[in-house]
Amino acid sequence: MIPELGHFAIVLALCLAVGQTLVPAVGLLRRNPVWISVAQPAATGQFIFVLLAYFALTQSFLVNDFSVAYVAHNSNTDLPTVYRVAAVWGAHEGSLLLWVLMLSLWTLAVATFSRNLPSDIRACVLSVMGAISVGFLLFMIFTSNPFERLLPAPEQGRDLNPLLQDPGLIIHPPMLYMGYVGFSVAFAFAIAALVSGKVDTAWTRWTRPWTTTAWLFLTFGITLGSWWAYRELGWGGWWFWDPVENASFMPWLVGTALIHSLAVTEKRGVFKSWTVLLAITAFSLSLLGTFLVRSGVLVSVHAFATDPARGVFILIFFAIVVGSSLLLYAWRAPSFTSRAEVRLLSREGLLLLNNVFLVVAAAAVFLGTLYPLVVDALKLGKISVGPPYFNTVFVPLTLPLVFLVGFAAVMRWKNNSPRQLLQRVGYLVPVAVILGVLFPWIALRSNSVVVSVALVLAFWAMTTAVADVFRWLKSGLGKSRQSRNIPLAIWGMNLAHFGLGVFVLGVTLTSAYSVERDVRLFPGESADIGNYAFRFDGVHEEAAANYDAQVGIITLFRASDEIATVRTEKRRYRAQGSVMTDAGVNARLDRDLYIALGEALDGGAWSLRLYYKPFVRCIWLGGFLMVLGGLLAVGDKRYRMKLRQRQDSVVDKNTLAAEA
Amino acid sequence: MHACLRTLLMLALLGAPAWADVAEFTVAEEARYQTLINQLRCLVCQNQTIAESNAPLAQDLRRQVQEKMRAGRSDDEIKDYLTERYGDFVLYDPPMKKTTWLLWLGPFILLAGALMIALLILRKSKKVDPEPEIKPVDISRILKDQDS
Amino acid sequence: MRWGALVPLVFVALLIGLLAIGLSLDPREVPSPLIGKPAPDFVLPSLSAPETQISVSDLRGKVTLVNVWASWCVACREEHPLLMDLAGRNLLPIYGLNYKDERAEALAWLSRFGNPYTDSIYDAEGTAGLDWGVYGVPETFILDRHGRIRYKHIGAISASDLEHKLLPVIMELLGETG
Repeated sequence: MIPELGHFAIVLALCLAVGQTLVPAVGLLRRNPVWISVAQPAATGQFIFVLLAYFALTQSFLVNDFSVAYVAHNSNTDLPTVYRVAAVWGAHEGSLLLWVLMLSLWTLAVATFSRNLPSDIRACVLSVMGAISVGFLLFMIFTSNPFERLLPAPEQGRDLNPLLQDPGLIIHPPMLYMGYVGFSVAFAFAIAALVSGKVDTAWTRWTRPWTTTAWLFLTFGITLGSWWAYRELGWGGWWFWDPVENASFMPWLVGTALIHSLAVTEKRGVFKSWTVLLAITAFSLSLLGTFLVRSGVLVSVHAFATDPARGVFILIFFAIVVGSSLLLYAWRAPSFTSRAEVRLLSREGLLLLNNVFLVVAAAAVFLGTLYPLVVDALKLGKISVGPPYFNTVFVPLTLPLVFLVGFAAVMRWKNNSPRQLLQRVGYLVPVAVILGVLFPWIALRSNSVVVSVALVLAFWAMTTAVADVFRWLKSGLGKSRQSRNIPLAIWGMNLAHFGLGVFVLGVTLTSAYSVERDVRLFPGESADIGNYAFRFDGVHEEAAANYDAQVGIITLFRASDEIATVRTEKRRYRAQGSVMTDAGVNARLDRDLYIALGEALDGGAWSLRLYYKPFVRCIWLGGFLMVLGGLLAVGDKRYRMKLRQRQDSVVDKNTLAAEA
Repeated sequence: MHACLRTLLMLALLGAPAWADVAEFTVAEEARYQTLINQLRCLVCQNQTIAESNAPLAQDLRRQVQEKMRAGRSDDEIKDYLTERYGDFVLYDPPMKKTTWLLWLGPFILLAGALMIALLILRKSKKVDPEPEIKPVDISRILKDQDS
Repeated sequence: MRWGALVPLVFVALLIGLLAIGLSLDPREVPSPLIGKPAPDFVLPSLSAPETQISVSDLRGKVTLVNVWASWCVACREEHPLLMDLAGRNLLPIYGLNYKDERAEALAWLSRFGNPYTDSIYDAEGTAGLDWGVYGVPETFILDRHGRIRYKHIGAISASDLEHKLLPVIMELLGETG
């Protein structure tokens, strides 16, 4: 019964989505405010029904209803409850439902928080989001119904893919989808701009917080994905340039360019059509990602069970959405003109360069990901493009960004002289050089030219961000409480840029100085990496809810002081007999000690893989700092509605100073 | 796709990292071996190197690499041995060939092009009359006027 | 309308075309670089008569079909009836390459399901398979009179594959002189 109700709920949601798309659009053409006002209740209704459908599917998982095909394929009575809930989005159909849920959530949010928008813009935005909903709901109903029955129902389900039975599954996909889907808001705003023919400060003021919010969720999702892969896949890697990973990274790169480009358009009214194009591109890349993951066109460890028929549907949807928006762009964008001078040594110029590098980097990832397909389609053979290519190409394209970011805080709008810049930030150059060159020596007793260059840049990013915060704090001393408050946007910007530096530091040191050893140990024997000793204390058996494990215990020593005990397991999941290794990690900010249990060898010995990974945590710390930075930036009082109403006529002193 | 490899695929995806066949290499040789096997693709797995995969074919290929290394073959010779049998698909580092120059040079050509366009934009904007600079002093005076 | 503004649209149109083609391709299929080249040599025991050795030269002189199979391979069972059918037509000798299998189990499999092979080559370690670029089971190779690989089929042979892909190649090779 409940699955049928869920199915029905989706159909109802579709009807409401169609209404949300068409009625306000017609209302816009006919200037009928009543029709336009249909958007909000339609959005609310859509959200309610999608949520009901989502609960119906979750319920089916919780009660182990194996008559629902999706539950039978992805669950098991022995599966722990928390994973039964997460399994809802563990495979194609359910994750699609999650997509739609996120979309209806974002739509509801936009409908609720945009009461100050002119009604024609609001109608357009909600109508576009409704259209996207319609597409995905149709896709679900016709090709990927999560409520499809499997009769006769099997007694036991197939179990969730063991790789997914990890806390990472609980949080990574929802956050990632919040980001992916969130860019649809920027997209909808871009369409609204094209339709209305206006890109003005007001438009950018509305678009910026939504875009930054989507961006920070996507950053969070990608960072979590990397952390999860590191723990799950057993060989200490944190990024594989896998097509599905790239599918999430491309929108992120373009999204980052977009949030920066929006700043320029807001402040100086330039790059209008470029910003609109970026907004369209970011969401288009989200859609492309959806296509790549679910169509089977590219080979990936991540890909869902693939089906070319589904691929055809998504491709047609992609063609309609992106094709029509770009057609609209070609028609209307040329009318966005701006008459302002842009100099290289200005914040606009700096952000222009930022966009150049980010967009070219995204293009490089795009090229590498799709190239095998191009070569195959042109019948020129089959090639593989993997980490060796991406690492070689990506690093030189993005390292200049780390250099540019140091000027972010001190570069004023319109014009700066080289002397002014030198004055404001020149003193940090020797600081960064000293820190960058000394840090590897102090922390790891080693260094090289490449490492030094990268670390100097990383410290450059970090010190300039810290210096800016100090400058603000200093200028706030002795002033009234109100004028002392540093705008959250400043905190956000510097925190995010600082996070970038931390990220670069982590990547550089872990890539250069990780040590890996494959060893054969008898219980009681030890192996060393540098100052650390790993003593193998033997393997014993344990049984858990849905798997049997051989658990290895390793005691860690540092210069003969015992520091920790670590477990690593070889799990055999009973449902399908699949075997998985769960690595044991002793984590610290400055290093991870990572152990993976290998095979049992003759005589009671075991093979083990040991890793020493310096500063690997900084990779994710950097990511999380960027997320936090984004969060603070969105919280800036510029965007708070009530405040904005009060201040719309009064110029805010601090904000002016911040933007000067 | 070879249906009977599905179970093997699962194992390949989930199995322990591949080192049960630890060879007796020196540290330098081990490093070279690791680099090599991380550049070669496992043909049956979904986008993994033969270092990561535990599929039987990956084990075979790793053993081949070990044997060839012990026989004194160079990296290029080992790669040629594999591409003769499996084509360029087995290399994760696509070779520089007519078909791949666009792949390798593309991003840098794009960068050059984008930088040129950026420069053009900057230069074109100069033709427009520059706006008069509003100095910060003026604004505080305006504000003072407004407050009073 | 400024023509530059159409560039993104044109680019996306090309992309969609590419992806549409991509939907019809199999990204995991690895074509063989050995097509047109002499079949790599091997010297391995026969499956049925372990004392006898078979080498590539035994396959020369006639158009031959070499089918890679194993008793543990599920898809091989699917294509097996078609191989029996082909063997019954007496067009060309069919050799099996028994890949990474146990002799006893392989022989049991053949006696249970039928033996379309003139003989099977017992490649226990997979060395011949490696040389031939075998990366999965089943695979099928067609050699010409001179022992050159002229066609490789990846995966199980369906009835349609047999009629529309393999037989035309076989007939063409049989018609070749010199």
